[in-house]
Amino acid sequence: MALFPDPFNPLLGLQEALEAFRTSNWLNSGPSGGGSYPPLNVFRKGDDFFLIAEVPGVNKSDLDLQVKGRTIRLSGTKAITYAETASVHRRERLAGRFDRSVSLPVEIDPEGVKAECHDGILALSLPRAERDKPSSIKIG
Amino acid sequence: MSGAQELAVREKQELAKKEEKTIPGRYFVPATDIFETDDALTLIMEMPGVEKKDVSIVLEDDRLRVEGQIDFSKYQGMEPVYTEYNVGHYARGFTLSGKIDRDGISAQLDGGVLTLTLPKAKEAMPRRIAVN
Repeated sequence: MALFPDPFNPLLGLQEALEAFRTSNWLNSGPSGGGSYPPLNVFRKGDDFFLIAEVPGVNKSDLDLQVKGRTIRLSGTKAITYAETASVHRRERLAGRFDRSVSLPVEIDPEGVKAECHDGILALSLPRAERDKPSSIKIG
Repeated sequence: MSGAQELAVREKQELAKKEEKTIPGRYFVPATDIFETDDALTLIMEMPGVEKKDVSIVLEDDRLRVEGQIDFSKYQGMEPVYTEYNVGHYARGFTLSGKIDRDGISAQLDGGVLTLTLPKAKEAMPRRIAVN
């Protein structure tokens, strides 16, 4: 029994779960293979899927999302501007345009897709299409 | 130029530990730009997922330490099926020169990007010297 309840344990569990899936090939078929910007994670919660991407410094207005069938396209530009007179000591942030499409291996309901962008995190909620949900069969 | 360039993925860097933390979990180094103008030094750090209330900026002697905690409760009940990056808190330290006006330091967090403005102390401001 630990002396104090550890509030960070859930995070450790999450980090380990994410690490374990770094080699997952869930999306590998199709043009969505990893390595493009923005890096993304896909989660499942019950029947629905969530696509989370880190897009710090990308304005909502510069972000374009399209859904067609089971493919989602994320495109846009990330701009970094400096004052003209500034001298740069260190430059680690990257800027440019990006265009990435992701094909999900499950049918989603394009009408039900919702997108949110807060604190540099883009979250897409992708409800699974009704017709794609497994139905249980009663043994008669 | 930056508009036409293809944006590449920058793999998140895990924080190399200078000291051990007593709590487990990964920390990441926020990608940081540092630039200087005539009157201030500006640090821009990318901390996606960090909210305003979860940023701590501590200045002790010459050490500036920035930490951002992410709210991972949003991930509760979510099961990863495909991942390209890991999540974690952010931490990074900087050593400041004495030429910063400590009382004038200001911070702003917008869309996962933290901007720290460190105004230069008066004596460190560039002076234009007129030739008589």
